[in-house]
Amino acid sequence: MIIASALFVGLCSLAVLIWTLSSGQYDDLDGDAQRILLDDDLDGQTKI
Amino acid sequence: MAALNLSPTLEFSPLLRKTPGGAYAFEVAVKGARCANCIAKIERGVGALEGVEQARLNLSTGKLTVLGRNMAPQRILRRIQDLGYEAQPFEAEEVLSADEGEGRLLLRCLAVSGFATVFVMGLTDAVWYGGGDLVLAVRTQFFWLAAVVAIPAALYAGQPFFRSAFRGLSKRATNMDVPISLALLLSLGLSIYQTAKGGMHIYFDAAVMLAFLLLIGRFLDYRLRDRARTAARHLLALQTLLVRRLGANGEVQTVSAKDVAVHDRLSLATGDRVPVNGVIEDRDTELDMSLVTGESVPQPARRGAEVPAGAIVTGASVTLRATARVENSLIADLARLLEAGQQSRSAYVRLADRAARAYVPLVFTLSFLACAGWLIAGATIAQALTNAITVLIITCPCALGLAVPAVQIVATERLFKRGVFVKSGDALERLAQVDAVIFDKTGTLTVGAPVLLNASELPPGILERAAQIARASRHPLAQAVAQAAGPGAIAAGVHEVSGAGLACGDGASLERLGNAAWCGAEGAGFQLWYRHAEGAPVGFRFQDQIRSDAIEIVRALRRRGMRVEMLSGDNPIVTASVAAEAGIFLWRAGVTPQEKVGWVQNLRKAGHHVLMVGDGINDAAALATADVSIAPGSATDISQRAADMVLRGLELAPIVEALDVSRWARRLVLQNFALAIAYNVTAIPLAALGFVTPLIAAATMAGSSLLVTLNALRLAGERTKPWA
Repeated sequence: MIIASALFVGLCSLAVLIWTLSSGQYDDLDGDAQRILLDDDLDGQTKI
Repeated sequence: MAALNLSPTLEFSPLLRKTPGGAYAFEVAVKGARCANCIAKIERGVGALEGVEQARLNLSTGKLTVLGRNMAPQRILRRIQDLGYEAQPFEAEEVLSADEGEGRLLLRCLAVSGFATVFVMGLTDAVWYGGGDLVLAVRTQFFWLAAVVAIPAALYAGQPFFRSAFRGLSKRATNMDVPISLALLLSLGLSIYQTAKGGMHIYFDAAVMLAFLLLIGRFLDYRLRDRARTAARHLLALQTLLVRRLGANGEVQTVSAKDVAVHDRLSLATGDRVPVNGVIEDRDTELDMSLVTGESVPQPARRGAEVPAGAIVTGASVTLRATARVENSLIADLARLLEAGQQSRSAYVRLADRAARAYVPLVFTLSFLACAGWLIAGATIAQALTNAITVLIITCPCALGLAVPAVQIVATERLFKRGVFVKSGDALERLAQVDAVIFDKTGTLTVGAPVLLNASELPPGILERAAQIARASRHPLAQAVAQAAGPGAIAAGVHEVSGAGLACGDGASLERLGNAAWCGAEGAGFQLWYRHAEGAPVGFRFQDQIRSDAIEIVRALRRRGMRVEMLSGDNPIVTASVAAEAGIFLWRAGVTPQEKVGWVQNLRKAGHHVLMVGDGINDAAALATADVSIAPGSATDISQRAADMVLRGLELAPIVEALDVSRWARRLVLQNFALAIAYNVTAIPLAALGFVTPLIAAATMAGSSLLVTLNALRLAGERTKPWA
């Protein structure tokens, strides 16, 4: 039972990892690191 | 020179790619974007354009993807350039064929095998440590569970190896992946057999761990090549794709350059690249001939002059009569030479493959001998086969597979920090063998831009006034004047006179800054003149400056036993003086791009291993032909893509560093081979005699891989060695 649940949890995390891979989340690591600095939500408003 | 010259009438529609949603995608390579600010500026700037729905910049690859239904590509390019970045469109087909799947597949395989390694080890190792306490049935159950996870995982994660092994075998060549694939498959097969029989010797964990460790090496290698490939996907000369042809009645049609026939008349605006070899029909102009000579200062071209394809019109717009078709023009020639050079280079056999060629037959012989030996000693066939397969598994070149990429990634990383961008791992191997270095002159040994020489001899105030006019122009000489004067104001009302220079004001206050004939001046040795109204003309002298560390570099290379040469497209007088200054005794001047290639080929035939260092379009083919090549960071796109390594800064010093690191890396690779072989020499007899348990196999495999990796890391630890 314990082994089965370990297998299940392991497979789940593997599936999530593969999903993040194929959805392109690692395609632009440099860009994402910089994008956090952008103030997208301030567009069109006066900046404080 | 790298700036794209945009003609308003050229269409870019072949560069648009239709997306599944019905919109169009336009992909642009953007150079110079580094930070969040750049992303915001570019994405907002382009996004605000009419017809653009979305713009997204990938900072890692420098690729901007613009989506929209009704957009004007040339306006997008113009906008990016106005924002201060270089922009080059990707060719649509090139983007489509680009394979980005390999990296993802490797990562996925890595994830699967990593997961399986941990899980299977948890199951099987538990059995071995506490094996005595388990009932046979429970143990077998554990092993079957391990099999259920390990078999699909190993088969999935082994894909890159199976494919490569199959490719190799279908070409009747063995590579490292053949024994790897065999070891993977055999260890799975043997383990299933053992489990079914209720035996202890199962290798499920070894199989997935083997895949995991090797995939790490493979992924590192891929990352190395991938960075290079994104840099190489840039389109070389879009300007020549489409041209304006003048019809019989003077009407203008935009046609593809490959449809231009001999005797067609083409209209070329200022800034256009000459698409085919031809003759200028209507008037004198100026041309940037850097494609042919490597010199960026525009040269005058008279009416009736022959013009090679690839020159850029910098003076007045002209009409050109084609004398050759595209495929017979200079650019096509260079492209063919470039391709030929790259092909000859791909014949280079990597160290790892050479090791595999010697290694693979040896391992098979040994395992065959082990099998035969056991049979003769009276063992059962099953036992003999088991031991033979154990030999194969234990000798599987795990450490050998890591030996090369581990060293190369550390060396590349080290060089990257020192300002050398290495595009492929085997470039380092080739660099280690070099014994002759050929330099280009302009832009490589020299700065590549003219510098004002006689600033102190000018009458007072002249330099400042000339600089105010010069700041309005992008001409190299004008920029040199502006540079010499430092920052300051731009004169009002400056206009460019084609083929002559810059004029400011009119009538009695007319100021001229331009060539001798236009300024009414005489005197040798001056390339630019300034004249106020009818006053006496003042001459300016310019010369390209040698790079600050060029002399030291030449000396350092010679101390390492290198033969140092220089090839230049420039005239003999200038070339000789630069050669003398840099301390190079072997030089040739007035060399065409084709002659450069020939020279490199002759040296190689004479048994030299040649390193070519060059920056111009005219060097690209020679760069590709040499054993290994380096381009300075200021080089043209084509040269950067033809070269194996690109320097990031303005100094040449990293060349020597790269040379030293490459030789050192070669030593480390050989050491790693020795380590891997030493491991095998001890492991094979044990395996052949049947002493190896799966636990020992797993431990030694991981141990030798660790040893090899640690050895490679020595390259990162050591301090910079002084070379001067």
